[in-house]
Amino acid sequence: MTVTVRDALNQAMDEELERDERVFLLGEEVAQYDGAYKVSRGLWKKYGDKRIIDTPITEMGFAGIAVGAAMAGLRPICEFMTFNFSMQAIDQVINSAAKTYYMSAGLQSVPIVFRGPNGASAGVAAQHSQCFAAWYGHCPGLKVVSPWSAEDARGLLKSAIRDDNPVVFLENELMYGVPFEMSEEVQSKDFLIPIGKAKIERQGNHITLVSHSRMVSLCLDAAAVLAKEGIECEVINMRTIRPLDAEAIETSIMKTNHLVTVEGGWPQFGIGAEILAWIMEGPAFNYLDAPAVRVTGVDIPMPYAKILEDNSIPQIKDIIFSVKKTLNV
Amino acid sequence: MPLPLFPEHLNFPAHNASANDSSITKQIFFSTNVIRSLLRVVVSARTYADFTPQATFDIKKCDLHKLEEGPPLQAMLSREEGLQYYRTMQTMRRMELKADQLYKQKIIRGFCHLYDGQEACAVGIEAGINLSDHLITAYRAHAYTLTRGGTVREIMAELTGRRGGIAKGKGGSMHMYTKNFYGGNGIVGAQVPLGAGVALACKYLGKNELCVCLYGDGAANQGQIFETYNMASLWKLPCIFICENNKYGMGTSVERAAASTDYYKRGDFIPGLRVDGMDILCVREATKFAAEHCRSGKGPILMELQTYRYHGHSMSDPGVSYRTREEIQEVRSKSDPISMLKDRMLSNNMASVEELKEIDVEVRKEIEDAAQFATTDPEPPLDDLCNHIFYNNPPMEVRGTNPWTKLKSVS
Repeated sequence: MTVTVRDALNQAMDEELERDERVFLLGEEVAQYDGAYKVSRGLWKKYGDKRIIDTPITEMGFAGIAVGAAMAGLRPICEFMTFNFSMQAIDQVINSAAKTYYMSAGLQSVPIVFRGPNGASAGVAAQHSQCFAAWYGHCPGLKVVSPWSAEDARGLLKSAIRDDNPVVFLENELMYGVPFEMSEEVQSKDFLIPIGKAKIERQGNHITLVSHSRMVSLCLDAAAVLAKEGIECEVINMRTIRPLDAEAIETSIMKTNHLVTVEGGWPQFGIGAEILAWIMEGPAFNYLDAPAVRVTGVDIPMPYAKILEDNSIPQIKDIIFSVKKTLNV
Repeated sequence: MPLPLFPEHLNFPAHNASANDSSITKQIFFSTNVIRSLLRVVVSARTYADFTPQATFDIKKCDLHKLEEGPPLQAMLSREEGLQYYRTMQTMRRMELKADQLYKQKIIRGFCHLYDGQEACAVGIEAGINLSDHLITAYRAHAYTLTRGGTVREIMAELTGRRGGIAKGKGGSMHMYTKNFYGGNGIVGAQVPLGAGVALACKYLGKNELCVCLYGDGAANQGQIFETYNMASLWKLPCIFICENNKYGMGTSVERAAASTDYYKRGDFIPGLRVDGMDILCVREATKFAAEHCRSGKGPILMELQTYRYHGHSMSDPGVSYRTREEIQEVRSKSDPISMLKDRMLSNNMASVEELKEIDVEVRKEIEDAAQFATTDPEPPLDDLCNHIFYNNPPMEVRGTNPWTKLKSVS
C-alpha cells in the first residue's frame, strides 16, 4: 500500500500516543485546526484537550513548558510550525533540553521531541525557508533526525518519541504529500528505525551521493538519468544528521572512490562541510580518486520569484554536473 | 558557664505572644522530652520545659492584587520549627560565606552567586510546601539545593568542581539538581517556562503537586515570563510564580529596569501578593496561602518577596558601585532574617542564647567539614569527560580534540 509522508507521521504519533499515556503533543494549531500542515489531523478528536494542546503564538514560552514537562516525567512532542520559528525558542532547545543531562551528570533527563517542517518550501521567501540541520547538528546532547520517505518518517518518529533524549525531528513540507510504498513490516506498531543509521537507497559502484530529506529524491532522479549514460551512483539517505553515520559513508567511498554530498541548506559550515571533514580525517580519504565536493543551496537568503527560488536550491542538473565533474567525464 | 539561679522568664507569660490553649499539654510533652534529652543537655540548667513551646506572632499584611483575601496576619511558630528554621538559615548563611572565602582563594572558579541576606525566602518557601512538590529557580541556587534535599558537602564539592559534587563536578554553581528540584539555571528567565512545564506535568499526572517557579527582579521583565503567565493562566497550571525582588538586577536597580516595579502585579490577570521576604513567617504563611490557591485548582498565583542580598550580584561584583555601603549596613542591622528570628525566639522564651550559640557551633563545624571535603576530594576522573551526553543509550564514541582521539561515552 502507498502512504504519504504526512499520513506516516500522523499514524506514528497516533500509535505512540496510544501506547504511552505520558506522550502528548503541543504546538500552534495542532489540535482544533488539525495541524497547520494537517500532520496531526484527527488526533485532537481522538485524544482530546489533555493530550493535544493548542498553544498561543509564543514559541519560547511553550518550548520551555514542553522541556519542563519532559523534566517532570512526561514525554512531549513539541511542534514548531516551521523550524524557522524555533529560533525564538532555540535557547530552550539547546540550553534547557540538550545540555541538561550532562550538566546534571545524569540526574535529569529530557525525553522530548521537537518536530516540524524544515528547509525550503515553495514561494515562502527568506524568513520561512531556512534549513536548520547544521545549526542543531552542531550541538552535543541533541539527536537530530531528517527523514526522507514515509517509511523513514514513521520509523524515525517512533524511535524519536521512544528515545529518552531530546530529538530534533526535521520534516519537509514539500515531502508531506509524497506517497511511498509501505510494506507490511513497516506498518507494524513496533516498527522502529534506529537513530544514527543511514540507509543505502540505491546501490552503485562509480560514485557515492550522500543526502538527507527531500534532496534524496533529487539524488535518485539524478542517478536514474546518469544510469542511462552508464554511471552508477550509490545513493545514501542519511536519515540521521546527528549522530552522523560516517561509517556507512566511508564504506561506500571505499567501494566507489568518489563522493558528492547534496543538501538544501547553505554551504558554509553545513552538513556537506561536516561530511567532507569526516572523510578527510578518516580511513576513506585514501580511497578517494578525486576531491569530495558539496552540492548545496546558494549562499543567499531565499528569494521569492519562482525563477530565482528555483535557482537557489540544487536541481537535478546541478547534481549531474557535479558528478560528472568529479568523475572527470 | 555559670548557671542562672533565677531564670527570669520562668512562668512568666511570653512577651508579645498569646498563650496557647494547649500549652499545658505541650509543657508536659516537653517535660517527657526533657528526660530523654537530659543526656544531651550541655550547658544550661534550664530544662526544655522552661521554654515556650509555641507562640503566635503578628506578621506584616501582604499587598494584594486581584485577591479578596490574603494570608493570615498572624503566624504560629513552635519551638521546634523555630530551631529548625534558625539552623537551616544559619547553615545557608555560613555556607555562602564559606563559598565567598573559597572563591577569593581561587578554589571556586567561574560564577558564584551568593544568597546571604535572602535566607528567609528559601526556608520560608520550603516550610510552606512539601518535598513532594517541585521547585525551580535561577542561578542564585545554593540555598534551594539545600532546602530541596542536597547536603552542604555535595553542594560545596560541586562549587569546587570535585567528583563528590552533587553533579559530579560537571555542573558547577548554577547547575545543581535534586529530586523535584530542577536547578539552578543559567539563562535569565528560561527557568520560568520550565517551571510552568513542571506544573503542567503535575496537573497531567494528577498527584496534587505544584511547582514553585522562582525568578528575580531582573528576570521579571523577560518576555518568556509573560508568555508563561499567559499559558499558565489559560491552562490553570498549579504554579506559584515567585519574584525574589532584591532590588537589583546585577547592577541595575529596579527603578532603572522596570517601568512598573510592582512585580506582584505584573502577572496582570494572575492574582498576586507582595510579601516581606525578610520575615520567614511572612514568607511561610504567604507560601501556604499560595499553595492552597494552586491545589484548589484556581490556577497560578504570583508572589513578590521583598528581600535583599548582602553580596554583589556575583563574586566578581563588589556590590558597592551601584548601591551604598550604608544601605547594605542598614538592612543588615534592621532586617536581617536570622537576627529577626533569633530576637523573636529569645524575647518569647522559645530558646536560650546558649542553645542558639550551640547551633552556631554545630553549623560552623558542618561547614568546615564540608569545606574540608570540598577542597580535598579529587576532581572528576578524565574518563568521565564524555559521559552523560544521552540517557539510556548504548556506549558511543565522542571525538576528542583531534581526529585520532576517540573518547568513550556511556550513559
